[in-house]
Amino acid sequence: MDYILILISAVFVNNIVLAQFLGICPFFGVSNKVSTSIGMSGAVLFVMTIATMATYLLHQYVLMPAGLEYLRTITFILVIAALVQMVEIILKKVSPPLYQALGVFLPLITTNCAVLGVAILALGLEDVSLLKAVFYAIANSIGFGLALIIFASIREQMELAEVPKGMKGVPINLIIAGLLSMAFLGFTGLV
Amino acid sequence: MESTVNKKETFLRGIVAENPVFVMLLGMCPTLGVTTSGFNGLGMGVATAFVLLMSNIVVSQVKTQIPSKVRIPAFIIIIASFVTIVEMVLEAYIPFLYEQLGIFIPLIVVNCLILGRAEAFASKNNLLDSIIDALGMGLGFIIALTLLGAVREILGSGSLFGMSFVPENASTFIIFILPPGAFIALAFLSAIFNKIPTK
Repeated sequence: MDYILILISAVFVNNIVLAQFLGICPFFGVSNKVSTSIGMSGAVLFVMTIATMATYLLHQYVLMPAGLEYLRTITFILVIAALVQMVEIILKKVSPPLYQALGVFLPLITTNCAVLGVAILALGLEDVSLLKAVFYAIANSIGFGLALIIFASIREQMELAEVPKGMKGVPINLIIAGLLSMAFLGFTGLV
Repeated sequence: MESTVNKKETFLRGIVAENPVFVMLLGMCPTLGVTTSGFNGLGMGVATAFVLLMSNIVVSQVKTQIPSKVRIPAFIIIIASFVTIVEMVLEAYIPFLYEQLGIFIPLIVVNCLILGRAEAFASKNNLLDSIIDALGMGLGFIIALTLLGAVREILGSGSLFGMSFVPENASTFIIFILPPGAFIALAFLSAIFNKIPTK
């Protein structure tokens, strides 16, 4: 039951992009085509899950016993950056087709604040365990993917629409995101 | 004479023509996430500007010692160190703001504005120019966040910097302090801002 609540809360109610404002850069950056947004979502799912697992273990078994919690920010970002590099190298060797699909997005992910954000937020969950933290990461990356793919589909349609001159480009995209976020607000109270 | 003009341009560039938020769209996560009031926006802006200034100073000093292949991780460590300092100082001295900004304080590390300036400017220029660049960009960021926070606070809760100017129980546009309002307020501000340089 706990896990279902985490899933619904992360995907709909507290959507990581539309309600918590994490991962906004890729949300606007790679959302002009549905196909690229699917690739990005896959890469985020992959990296976020592994990163949360690694940072959770690091926090639980190294930082906490040593009383070094204040080094959290520095160590987490280093682990994530190293991990992204490693995933890139391993994928290239082990699974070229997967690398083809996700490769270009991987370097972008280091500075995706959703990954670091989820890694830190996962530590604050109620009686957190490794399984719960990882599940939380998976649920949040699904939420990220859902928001990104819906947004990209709307943007593809918007190319045909006539937008007032002053609102072209960034402003109209922000308005779309605002309306989408308003739609997701409808899920409030579900959990 | 020529160098002073350049310095002035470097400084002013960050505030209007290349405003990090309204024009370059850097550092969007904290911009949207914490600006529920003018004070929060100001606090976040100052914290980020401080990290930006310090990291620009350090990067411009060590740029020749860092091999170019590992420069990005090296920059990230420099930035993360200053973020940790900010985190500890805020927690100790301004716990109210620390709680309000929450997760977005450690996330200053991944603010693309800071890494972007380190990579694009401080790693190529001398100390003084890097400081000027950081001050300009930092001020641009502070102005943008404070403005967005103030607009959302005025519309959403009918107050400015905590001082209310509507009667109690008056109905305000609550939507502006909820997440959708962040996107919509920023959309209109950046549309207005796009008009300024073209005049």
